[in-house]
Amino acid sequence: MNAKIVEPREHFLNEGYSVRSWLLTRDHKRIAILFLISITLFFIVGGTAAVIFRLDLMTPEADLVQSETYNKLFTIHGVTMVFFFLIPSIPAVFGNFLVPLMIGAKDLAFPRINLLSWYIYVLGGVFTLWAILSGGVDTGWTFYTPYSSTYSNTHVMATAIGIFIVGFSSILTALNFIVSIHTMRAPGMTWFRLPLFIWSTYATSLIVVLGTPVLAIVLALVAVERGLRIGIFDPALGVDPLLFQHLFWFYSHPAVYIMILPGMGVISEVVPCFSRKPIFGYSFVAFSSLGIALLGFLVWGHHMFVSGQSPYAAAVFSLLSFSVAIPSAIKVFNWTATLFQGWVSYATPMLYSLGFIGLFTIGGLTGMFLATLAVDVHVHDTYFVVAHFHYIMVGGMVMAYMAALHFWWPKMTGRLYPEAWGRLSALVIFLGFNLTFFPQFLLGYLGMPRRYHVYPPEFQVLNVMSSAGASILAVGYLLPLVYLSWSLKYGRLSGDNPWHATGLEWQTTSPPPTENFQHPPRVTRGPYEYDGPECQHAQ
Amino acid sequence: MSTTDLSANTRNDATDLQPQFANLAQQHVAGQLGMWVFLVTELMFFGGMFCSYTIYRGRYFEAFRAGSEHLKIALGTTNTAVLLGSSLTVALAVRAAKSGRRSLVVGWLLATIVLGTTFLVIKFTEWGLEYHESLLPGWAFSFEEKYLPEAQLFFSLYFIMTGVHGLHMIIGVAAWLCLTAWVWRVDASNRRATAIEITGLYWHFVDIIWIFLFPLLYLI
Repeated sequence: MNAKIVEPREHFLNEGYSVRSWLLTRDHKRIAILFLISITLFFIVGGTAAVIFRLDLMTPEADLVQSETYNKLFTIHGVTMVFFFLIPSIPAVFGNFLVPLMIGAKDLAFPRINLLSWYIYVLGGVFTLWAILSGGVDTGWTFYTPYSSTYSNTHVMATAIGIFIVGFSSILTALNFIVSIHTMRAPGMTWFRLPLFIWSTYATSLIVVLGTPVLAIVLALVAVERGLRIGIFDPALGVDPLLFQHLFWFYSHPAVYIMILPGMGVISEVVPCFSRKPIFGYSFVAFSSLGIALLGFLVWGHHMFVSGQSPYAAAVFSLLSFSVAIPSAIKVFNWTATLFQGWVSYATPMLYSLGFIGLFTIGGLTGMFLATLAVDVHVHDTYFVVAHFHYIMVGGMVMAYMAALHFWWPKMTGRLYPEAWGRLSALVIFLGFNLTFFPQFLLGYLGMPRRYHVYPPEFQVLNVMSSAGASILAVGYLLPLVYLSWSLKYGRLSGDNPWHATGLEWQTTSPPPTENFQHPPRVTRGPYEYDGPECQHAQ
Repeated sequence: MSTTDLSANTRNDATDLQPQFANLAQQHVAGQLGMWVFLVTELMFFGGMFCSYTIYRGRYFEAFRAGSEHLKIALGTTNTAVLLGSSLTVALAVRAAKSGRRSLVVGWLLATIVLGTTFLVIKFTEWGLEYHESLLPGWAFSFEEKYLPEAQLFFSLYFIMTGVHGLHMIIGVAAWLCLTAWVWRVDASNRRATAIEITGLYWHFVDIIWIFLFPLLYLI
């Protein structure tokens, strides 16, 4: 068992080194890597914007940038992080890489459409970067009308077009996943033998397919109104300004589930592996993904409690928003039950996953506060909301992304990252994150509005804490960039299955061959049989 | 290369199979499911506009009805017949493709292209007429005083909805042109029949959108 680990002779990375072989690839694994590089670039763009405005927020006055610039900075932060990082992240990188492997197929159903999806992403990104570089946009990532459609003097149209385009990237990826999961599972891979990552990816893809087109049309209408001066959201024509908000949030609420569901799928893979136990309540977790997808479409009005919508509608949305917490809670309970009496070990992916469970729970619970009508009147549009969604998106989703990155890094590259640095970074990120965002709950509750450039001096201490935390968080994100890149050349060879994990992706070489499997797999057992005889204890 | 009956195409079946699929049946099912999923996204895309239109029609009933009366029902009805006819020619093309009769396939596809183009020509003519009647929303818009400003909203929605529909028609006609050229030159019957079937689904969907658009805008 301690035979020297050798890198496989032929695998997807060394089959062709030319630029052409990468830019014209049909291999889902190479496309995943292309996405990995692209979304990292946008993460840096969005993160840089945050660094600048968090620096400015260290003082109550507007002293680092002008107010118009400040508005552009938080808009760009939101737009790039939501549409160009979070939404693609796990599906476009790990979904693309893992879905065919996990279902036992040679590739996705439509490899060329997969590549097209990446090019569309790049095109949308170029539009948006152009908008940023030529002056930015200041409407907030939510583009509320009539400011965005009529009054803003910034590059709304270019940004709207950029997001419109990148939406199609999302749709094509989701379409590919749905078709592949339905039609290309290996013999013996029944639905209930699928890894939960696949269930999550499938549910995410359903949301993308149903919701993203609505965003597309609403942004197209804003662009048409600005470009052709045809009134759609113009109050002078008798249009309700809420029309935009309803259409926008009909997508953008499910969008947050697009962002978090894949992360939950990752946790469902990592936790059983590092507890050496099958997941507790497999079907509950599987169905809860579908439940989140369904209920997620019914709650959009909770973003509009103080907008002037009917109070009866608000009450219904509030009740439904309480219900949507239930499937998420089911997952948290099942992960916890999986840990119980397991042989728990604390490799980097597991540290990130445990962090996810805690921070996502806090974020989710604060969502219940926001779903409560009376409380929301007080904290709507304050830093309480900002803290809530960052706990879920950064404390939850980005940590899940990091967990996935570390868990499947050996599979994708054939190399191990340095474990000590991995654990250190996880700790730095965890501490930096909490220092950044916990004060924001307090700030919001005390009344500091979001998107404000200046604030009353009594809020300065909490703001300084938050900005200090942001600098620690930045260091925490830079460390993996360095050591993961280092490991590509100098990391120890990983072998096929360094974590002794179950799942079809671990039954092939690291990195996998282009056609994924030397011999087409046949599946005869369930997905998390960690008590099985061939699974040894990790490390 | 034979130009007529291609039904005995077993020697080509091996080249029809894309490498990621296990067998032709899987490939066919995947292609169909892919197009259906795409059509769901298209439904949601148009759905936003249909929803907005319906709500505002309910709110501003008089103004919208007045606006609707300025639309050319004769041209709209002709277009409906043209589009339904083109769906028929598509269905016939699919049937011909399944039995491998290439020249018949090409014939029906060309008929579809002609009908689709006819639809677009009539639509552009309609828009031209509306432009001359100052019904284009914007600074040149003029309408009876008592229905302003909401009548302009009707025309905004009308132009955008028929415009987006027209764009989908143009894409459809372009797809048929490419497909007809491919069928004419390339000898791959299984993929050909599947491709025609899948594009046919798209075309039928665009037709159905018009079937809803026409009464909503013109008739009621």
